Amino acid sequence: MHSEAALREPLILGHKTYHDITNDIVGPIENKAPRGWYILTTIAGLIACYGIGCIFYLFSKGIGTWGLNKTVDWAWDITNFVWWVGIGHAGTLISAVLLLFRQKWRMAVNRSAEAMTIFAVIMAATFPLIHMGRLWLAYWVFPLPNQFGSLWVNFNSPLLWDVFAISTYFSVSLVFWYIGLIPDFATIRDRLTKPGWKRAYSILSFGWTGNAKAWTRFEEVSLVLAGVATPLVFSVHSVVSMDFATSVVPGWHTTIFPPYFVSGAVFSGFAMVLTLLLVMRKVMHLEAYITVKHVEYMNIVIIVTGSIVGVAYITELFVSWYSGVEYESYAFINRATGPYWWSYWAMMTCNVISPQLFWVKKWRRNLMFTFVMSLVVNTGMWFERFVIIVTSLHRDYVPSSWTMFHPTWVDAGIFVGTIGIFFTLYLLFARYFPVLALNELKSILKVTGESYKADAAKHQHH
Amino acid sequence: MVNKVIYAVYEDPEVLKGAARKLVTSGVKVKDVYSPFPVHGLDPIIGIKRTRLGIASFMFGITGTSLALLGFWYFMIHDWPMNIGGKPNWTLYHNLPAFVPVMFEFTVLCAAHGMAITYLIRNKTLPGMPARNPDPRSTDDKFVMEVRTADNHGHSGEQITSMLRETPVFEINERAY
Repeated sequence: MHSEAALREPLILGHKTYHDITNDIVGPIENKAPRGWYILTTIAGLIACYGIGCIFYLFSKGIGTWGLNKTVDWAWDITNFVWWVGIGHAGTLISAVLLLFRQKWRMAVNRSAEAMTIFAVIMAATFPLIHMGRLWLAYWVFPLPNQFGSLWVNFNSPLLWDVFAISTYFSVSLVFWYIGLIPDFATIRDRLTKPGWKRAYSILSFGWTGNAKAWTRFEEVSLVLAGVATPLVFSVHSVVSMDFATSVVPGWHTTIFPPYFVSGAVFSGFAMVLTLLLVMRKVMHLEAYITVKHVEYMNIVIIVTGSIVGVAYITELFVSWYSGVEYESYAFINRATGPYWWSYWAMMTCNVISPQLFWVKKWRRNLMFTFVMSLVVNTGMWFERFVIIVTSLHRDYVPSSWTMFHPTWVDAGIFVGTIGIFFTLYLLFARYFPVLALNELKSILKVTGESYKADAAKHQHH
Repeated sequence: MVNKVIYAVYEDPEVLKGAARKLVTSGVKVKDVYSPFPVHGLDPIIGIKRTRLGIASFMFGITGTSLALLGFWYFMIHDWPMNIGGKPNWTLYHNLPAFVPVMFEFTVLCAAHGMAITYLIRNKTLPGMPARNPDPRSTDDKFVMEVRTADNHGHSGEQITSMLRETPVFEINERAY
């Protein structure tokens, strides 16, 4: 059997058997949910209802209820869209890229990160859909035969590329997630005794048997899906960035946008994974599986991607001056010193300076500090999108059109509402789904489990 | 003689692998193994061939690429060539760079979903299918090896059972079928 160096920290703490893993993960599904779960779900659900109410108000009144005007015709809607898509990048990165790199630590975090991805992408997709105003015509984004003559969608347009990128990303992530869930649903199915619940999980598990050939196919599917999902992760935010980069708006017309957006997305995605997991490991007692080492690994990803983002900001600033294009230079001077200076400096502080604090080992292994930092990073990343979108639009080529953007309560209500919907979905997931990938954790137990590692080390000394 | 199916239950994947190797070298055919997670290195021992799902995925992928190209040609070149900023869509070749993102996305879409659907059908795992693992513990912490007497005419059921008893087996269950 493959054994691992004693120097590597164990990824499953204490002495666990295969059965313990099943107990620890499936137990909370069988038992009554703790009171905290009901309280949190109620709060999230109420916020979600408020958001849905705001969306209905928007539909009945129109886009005029947002703070948009003829100069700033994209603002919170698209800021929120890009923010949520960015958050949705961590899940598939963890499950696909880290699978290709054979990172064992991904196994404790991939399931919940993928769930987060799916919910975040749903929230992201909400914004362009409701921005259409007439939601019932949303199918016009697809190249469908129609009664308007030879009227097709424009395949030259990055907005259409985005339709394909987001829908492909969403559906492939969903399939990837579900294929991993099938064997774990089977574990729950074979364990539950209440007939109604047993039936429900039996349907969800698709009649999984876990025979040798099924597992061979499972591994092949996971590997190939990871292989195709890896370029997909990078393509999605690249395409999102092209919505801006292919335009001629100063501040948007930038060739570094794709890599800059992708690293920003991974940066914010990991921050959101940490926000959720740090709470979940405590509430569901998963400390043995989501260890400080896991948190440290994710914080290292945050330093790396945060530094890439920082370099991108500074490169952008330098090039705006070096290019000699006065409109471009003004766009950046206006960002830093114009009426929206506070959002620019909020972005700089949260995204460039704060992740550098993780160079201190003690801090990146401190859970409370990490939790606060994860919120700071997500705030910073929201401001990044706001800065790019609103400050670039509110003052461009024609000074007579210069104006300010002021969000309305509908803007704010829908944004807060999507956070509510997101958390409601996540809490439902945490209650009814296996939150850790049981089968994958079991496969690494005897290699990276603390007690097994100690036994192996003892064995070597004799 | 009644055909029997013998289930040997193990507690560790490595132990099961050793037992399977022992049985196979003495000429017993192991029908299948049910486990809570993939047991690496088991397939060559019990004679399971490599899956061709990867090839299927590639086929679905190139089908997607071809369909996307056909679509671009029809929508953008043949049926209604758009003229954007004095740059008309006259040929597919000249307009191809703008079509690359969707071509890529559609390739991935077809490869991933085609493969996933093939996988579910080949494994006979579809919504509403009943559970077919012989022992419910095989999705928790037990590794179950299935040997059928019908596959093994050179050995009697008793011989196979006694061979299994020599391995560190957790329990042996027999069923007529």
